[in-house]
Amino acid sequence: MADEKKFAGYICTGCGIGDRLDASQLEMIATREGKMQSCKQHEMLCSAEGVQMIRDDIADVGATHIMIAACSRRAKVEAFNFTDVAMSRANLREGVIWVRPDAPEHQETTQEMADDYIRMACAEVKYMTKPSGSSEQQLNRNILVVGGGITGMTAAIEAATAGYPVHLVEKTGALGGHAANYYKSIPTRSPYADPQDTGVEKMIADIEANDLITVYLNSSITKTDGAPGRFSVDLATESGSTTNLSIGAIIQATGFNLYDPSNLSQFNYANSADIITNEEMEKLAKEANGGPIKRPSDGKPVTAVAFVQNVGQNSKADGQLPYHNGIGDLIAIKQALYLKELNGDDCDTTIFFDNLRTPGAAGEDFYRSGQQKMVTFTKGNVGEVVPGSTLEVKFKDLILNEDTSMQADLVVLDVGMVPNTGPDPYAQLAYEETEDEVEKAKLKAELDVAPPSILNLDYRQGTDLPHLRYGFTDSHFICFPYETRRTGIYAAGPQRRPMDMRQAADDAAGAAMKAIQAAENAGQGRAAHPRVGDLSYPSFRKEGCTQCKRCTVECPFGAINEDEQKYPQFNEARCRRCGTCMGACPVRVISFENYSIDTVGQQLKNVDMPEEFDEKPRILVLACENDAYPALDQASMNGTEINPWARIIPVRCLGSVSLSWITDALNSGYDGIVLMGCQKGDDYQCHFVRGSAIAHERMSKVGDTLQSLNLEPERVEVYEVAITDVTRAPKLINDMAETVERIGLSPFKF
Amino acid sequence: MSDLNKVMIEKYRTSFLREVEANVEEGEWVKMCMQCGVCAGSCPLGKHWDHPPQEIFMMIRAGKRDEVLTSDSMWMCTSCYNCIARCPRGLPITHIMHGLAVYSKRLGLAPQKQPTAEFSQIFWDNLMKKGRVNELKLGLSLYFKDGFGQGVKNAMANQKLGQNMMKAKRMNPMEFFGGHGVKDTSGLQKMIKKAQEIEDAKVQGKG
Amino acid sequence: MGIQLNEIPDWNCCGASIGYGGGGELPRLALSARNIALSEEHNPGQQIVATCAACWLATREAKERLHDDQQMFKDANAALAEAGLMYKGQAEVRHMVEVLVDDIGFDALKAKVKKPLEGLKIAGYVGCQTNRPFGIAGESFENPMYLDNIVESVGAESIRTYEKKVQCCGGALAFSEPEKSQEMIHGIIEAAYDNGADLITTPCPLCQANVEIYQDQINEKFGTKFNMPVVYYSQLLDVAFGRSAADAALNGQIIKAKKLEDIANK
Repeated sequence: MADEKKFAGYICTGCGIGDRLDASQLEMIATREGKMQSCKQHEMLCSAEGVQMIRDDIADVGATHIMIAACSRRAKVEAFNFTDVAMSRANLREGVIWVRPDAPEHQETTQEMADDYIRMACAEVKYMTKPSGSSEQQLNRNILVVGGGITGMTAAIEAATAGYPVHLVEKTGALGGHAANYYKSIPTRSPYADPQDTGVEKMIADIEANDLITVYLNSSITKTDGAPGRFSVDLATESGSTTNLSIGAIIQATGFNLYDPSNLSQFNYANSADIITNEEMEKLAKEANGGPIKRPSDGKPVTAVAFVQNVGQNSKADGQLPYHNGIGDLIAIKQALYLKELNGDDCDTTIFFDNLRTPGAAGEDFYRSGQQKMVTFTKGNVGEVVPGSTLEVKFKDLILNEDTSMQADLVVLDVGMVPNTGPDPYAQLAYEETEDEVEKAKLKAELDVAPPSILNLDYRQGTDLPHLRYGFTDSHFICFPYETRRTGIYAAGPQRRPMDMRQAADDAAGAAMKAIQAAENAGQGRAAHPRVGDLSYPSFRKEGCTQCKRCTVECPFGAINEDEQKYPQFNEARCRRCGTCMGACPVRVISFENYSIDTVGQQLKNVDMPEEFDEKPRILVLACENDAYPALDQASMNGTEINPWARIIPVRCLGSVSLSWITDALNSGYDGIVLMGCQKGDDYQCHFVRGSAIAHERMSKVGDTLQSLNLEPERVEVYEVAITDVTRAPKLINDMAETVERIGLSPFKF
Repeated sequence: MSDLNKVMIEKYRTSFLREVEANVEEGEWVKMCMQCGVCAGSCPLGKHWDHPPQEIFMMIRAGKRDEVLTSDSMWMCTSCYNCIARCPRGLPITHIMHGLAVYSKRLGLAPQKQPTAEFSQIFWDNLMKKGRVNELKLGLSLYFKDGFGQGVKNAMANQKLGQNMMKAKRMNPMEFFGGHGVKDTSGLQKMIKKAQEIEDAKVQGKG
Repeated sequence: MGIQLNEIPDWNCCGASIGYGGGGELPRLALSARNIALSEEHNPGQQIVATCAACWLATREAKERLHDDQQMFKDANAALAEAGLMYKGQAEVRHMVEVLVDDIGFDALKAKVKKPLEGLKIAGYVGCQTNRPFGIAGESFENPMYLDNIVESVGAESIRTYEKKVQCCGGALAFSEPEKSQEMIHGIIEAAYDNGADLITTPCPLCQANVEIYQDQINEKFGTKFNMPVVYYSQLLDVAFGRSAADAALNGQIIKAKKLEDIANK
């Protein structure tokens, strides 16, 4: 009884569906062709009454598989939320009636579209199983925080405040990080006028007093393996003792190192004790202990200070930082203001900037406060700082366009933040995999100067969090800023991008919430972003697997390890359910309970393919459910027309698209195929980071298939579509219809 | 060099910015400029300024006292207030320019024969006589400001204009003999004298 | 209109936009303070309404400055005491346009029209000082619409995107720096021609004069044949409300507003 499948179809006739379409014909197709054992119509299926009708069928009749033909699967998700059955949705509203003109001459093709979507949804649900979740791990509420600076301390306090035990690992002998040496911080509260206390001491005291937080000083991580909910982490202290921790989720907050200005000879940093970095200025101020700040060289109170901004930043020159800190100018304003406070209003403070960056309303207010208090802002390029008992700052005034100089007794260099992250995991993999000796030597040279590992992950795809650029951790910038490419391990603070203490604290709070969510999700076998709550996970048919490793190499999240016999080990809790492994598998053995080669493949095969003389082409559209499909829904809401030959199937990610679908579609007579994924590349928008990029690579080989079938290459197009491409997305489909009209129907109609 | 100029140089040796703050109308705003240059791009006479406003502000901060105070840039201001309307920092640029112009004149540093400087004085003197401006006398004294010969030439160049204005009854030749004015001329003149004394005292640090 | 205007007894010139050069700050502010003080004394409780852009600006600016700066308030009163006057700073200072737009409204203006100015295309030249720094409430500095709305209320066609709408005419520098000013005036008139305007209208008396009276000299300098009538906006209202050409002071035009006269004489 438990294994018996019972199929029930439901057709909504509300929102104009019943007026525009022949619902009894749809019902007939659902039962006769779609093999639904029952099919009911309702004039407003999403109403309490309609939903109850379905619930009753599940409870009383024992329906296990339901097909709902109504609106887009993105609409009415709260109403149609039946977690105890397998469910598919036929999109008759956004997918059919809203994209087709309401006119008699279009009636036939509009009805055909609807008929096909019923066939497709019936086929899909037939191959689905209700996802049941993995029992891979139990709930583990322990949060590991790596790094004891502002970010790590904030994350620890936030997680502990939410009631989660925290293990805080710090490699040095004290908490506080860089900020422990700061005299003041940039203001975080209105009116944003004066430097404020850092609050570091209080944070340290709070952590020490918190029973939920265990601090490990002088400690580093020697090994991390497992997955969210069951991470096993080995710690080693300097003294050699080791500890093993069982962890639910991890926050990496390893911060930054300061750029070393020694190699910029024009600033003579190495040649004068009075030419210092911005962090050394903080130390100097702290040492002054409330009295006037004194020159390092002779201990005399400082009377004139020059701040040289943007040192070694935003530069293409070798050995300099190609990016900008973004906060150095706020730091200079802060320091100029406390110099005025400690050394008197007469202390001259001049900030040499080219592009002053004081972001946000708070930054602007702080800038104004600096001006108000007579900090001098000079737009100029400092060419040289000449050491001596008095320092000479030579600069070009960019407003007055002249070369000039000023005397100062202290010069502060605004140097940038360098992310403190582990080595790029893919550099090691590339080194191992390449067979070209020259390339290998080049990669070896890079690896030799790579920083030591921080997490020592025992993962198929390397020891640390993947990088985006310049050593910063890759995280989904525009959608999920804390999500790294290793599920359950969150990055926060300046290792993600340069930021100040306030931003780092915000970042830490966000990452702490995400870590808690990841631990809880793992305990229930649920997916993390972006398919939050999805209980399905990939499994494979071992007897069919050829151990080709495509899945373990291509998984964007490094979720899949290999066992001793080189079979994939999926680590469900590390999986994001994108299906890139499924798309990668050449022998089609990987599937999800509710998403598989068949759930899509059977949809496209069940579309009624008209005979050639009917002159009705068919265009298959595989649209990413994250961006392209919502864009098409939106276009439909705007009343944009979509060509009636199109049949659109949402996919989890373009990375999940199997080449077998393309081959099947071409063989069964489709005249054109349009694939829509998200933006790829460094500024990717792909919700699964690499899925779209990998799909584009795979599809570049589809030309061979077309050639072997003697078909025109323009029958298959792959596009990057953003959620905002509301006009463009339907146009791409309509363009394909024109292409088909131009080059003629596919000869593969049977 | 005027005595007042010497006094001011001595008093504000280290900071021209502080001198401007203390003595120039709305001068305390100068330090708030953020050098965006919107004023320069918004000024209808922009191309005629040797130093556009934001550059003047930078020169003040850089201590370029002589160059600022002897410049005729400030006198290019037509009081159109476009810079004020657009300044993202809300600086009253028009007034600062007026203030700098007046201050340079007071110190005897304003450029000689600067036409707007001269015209503004003629206008003011004309106004001070009767409390209302006499357009005919104003025009004539403007034409004759550089002496009688030049005056005849200027007047001839604008002869048609004057005739047009009189023909349209928009300028009354009888105004030359008398003209309109306030009744309480002496009260008005006493008031202005007092105001000038207060302002002089402020600038000389005696107020 | 149901509005009574009372002259401020013994008013004086406000110093206009050029008075600063001779008068500096306090003496200049004292001039406007005197007008306000006289109004407060003789016309108590009444609003001060200026018809001239510079008068309005100077008076309103003086009021704001004396409000924000207490020392300046005391100093101004010390000076006014010499003339036996006291400045309180209570009277509201408004421009006539504000009265027409805010108190009366475009619909009421429209209702009074007896001779719609049909067939006239008019460039509404707002200029500077009615527009900046105070402007008319709710209008943008870059493209204010009230003058276009007035033009349309009296039945004429406006040029809402007239690109020189808020361009400076040179103001007082038309006297001292004619070369520079006339170049700007040239642009103002040229843009009106480019937009097919029959005439220019303006709410500022100095703009009216500057744009109208130098056209001979501009034609000579730039080789143009400008002959563009420029009228004060109230002259449009006069004609539309049925008053004669003489009442509308159209005989005071140096460049005759022929089409407007024709409507007045109908």
